[in-house]
Amino acid sequence: MIAHAIFFYVFSIIAVISAIMVTVSKNTVHSVFFLILDFISISCLFIMIGAEFLGMIMLIVYVGAVAVLFLFVVMMLNVAQQKNQWFVSKDNSGHIPVGLIISSVIFFELIIVIGGWKYKPELSNASNFQISDSISNTHSLGQILYTDYIHIFQISGMILLIAMIGAIVLTFRQREGVKKQSYIKQISRERSEGIEVLEVPSNKGVNIDD
Amino acid sequence: MEYLNIIFEETYKILFLLVPVLVSVAMIVWLDRRVWAFVQKRQGPNVVGPFGLLQSLADALKYIFKEIIIPASSNKIIFILAPIITMTLALIAWAVIPFSETYVLANINVGILYIFAVSSLGVYGIIMGGWASNSKYPFLGSIRSAAQMVSYEVSIGIIIINVLLCVGSLNLTDIVIAQENMWFVIPLFPMFVIFFISALAETNRPPFDLPEAEAELVAGYQTEYSGMMYAMFWLGEYANILLMCALGSILFLGGWLSPINLYPFNLIPGAFWLIFKILFLFILFALVKAIVPRYRYDQLMRLGWKIFLPLSLTYVVLTASYLFYFNLLPTI
Repeated sequence: MIAHAIFFYVFSIIAVISAIMVTVSKNTVHSVFFLILDFISISCLFIMIGAEFLGMIMLIVYVGAVAVLFLFVVMMLNVAQQKNQWFVSKDNSGHIPVGLIISSVIFFELIIVIGGWKYKPELSNASNFQISDSISNTHSLGQILYTDYIHIFQISGMILLIAMIGAIVLTFRQREGVKKQSYIKQISRERSEGIEVLEVPSNKGVNIDD
Repeated sequence: MEYLNIIFEETYKILFLLVPVLVSVAMIVWLDRRVWAFVQKRQGPNVVGPFGLLQSLADALKYIFKEIIIPASSNKIIFILAPIITMTLALIAWAVIPFSETYVLANINVGILYIFAVSSLGVYGIIMGGWASNSKYPFLGSIRSAAQMVSYEVSIGIIIINVLLCVGSLNLTDIVIAQENMWFVIPLFPMFVIFFISALAETNRPPFDLPEAEAELVAGYQTEYSGMMYAMFWLGEYANILLMCALGSILFLGGWLSPINLYPFNLIPGAFWLIFKILFLFILFALVKAIVPRYRYDQLMRLGWKIFLPLSLTYVVLTASYLFYFNLLPTI
């Protein structure tokens, strides 16, 4: 099990260091790259404890989609400039105490969770699922999610859908006068509408509409 | 000592997989150019070696001896990392591809998810390259490709769900074995077509090569790259295309299974059938490149989100209902 321990320490050290670098690095794009490294090493840790499905989903969802959008936004909005303005100007530094409060709340929550797991292990084992070794990780997850917790699972899906639709509604604006391509209109055009053969009288010409 | 033995054995296996992949990438570039040329009634590369077969080797030599130029205002570490990441990601995905029932490097339970994850990471090589170049064209190219690859991953994911419904396992070997009676291309034919088109978009092939559209963006994210670093982008791109062809043949064309399970066909080893299928799909890729004109950006997005996504979702519902109604759902 020495190799296992070595890999565990390598991945966890990378995870911790990159998590620190996310907050420390000056360049916002670098922060996002460190965040991605953090996600990847955490999904490696998931795979090491045998939760291969979670690890892969973590890679696909967080690294493959969410972090790409992060990167997208950070690159487009030029956040580095805004950050400097926030920190330099006096009147806009009200977010530092707010950040401190939120981070301390999260810190105490973590302490409570870890303390409970350490000193009251029967609390976290309240739900007794028989997880047998004969069926794979994915199957056992599916059996729990789609049987006992189907309603909670569906509701969380609905919440995500509502959040998505809400974001679209908030940012959607109808633009006037934008030319749109209508495929049905294009395909259903006939020769008779497009082409007209006219007798052109000499020295007079013809009037053509539109 | 025991560890050393394991390490040697694994290294040997990995080399036995990677070297053929790299050589076939070089050959496939030649094939791509030849097919492209034949469609357009040209000769294509036919000078170096018999039928021009060694053209890719000559090109590789040229790239190796060219100078690597790193722009002064670029972000140097990320600039150098980008092609390395592209190529590494394109190669590590081959670890789970089964060439026959026994010949697979890593027969993991979540093989299909692994390939999906690695191919969705592939976008980072392009984004990093485009951003680190610190230049307008590469940046625009990388932004385009980020949106494009994320969009088409969605439909590929849902198509994979269709196949998984019929198999009941995420293991690639199980997926192939489940097709022994009927290849999934027959019941899931519309999904195969959508998978093929999405794979074109996912690998930035024409008609979806907007990230490197040479008419508008010079060469997109590759503009500032030169020498070996450009060649690595190139190798990674083609390795990715081969990987997508392999994935298509495993998901829909029955992987290593022979088309007819009768005497003379059974003698051919499974790996050859898989290679034939990969080549077949690749020639389709090359033909599409030669035939179809490039999509406009809004048409690309429309195709991905308004056509492929609803179609594949509907097909998931259809497949699931069919399997449920006729009690064909796979058991664990």
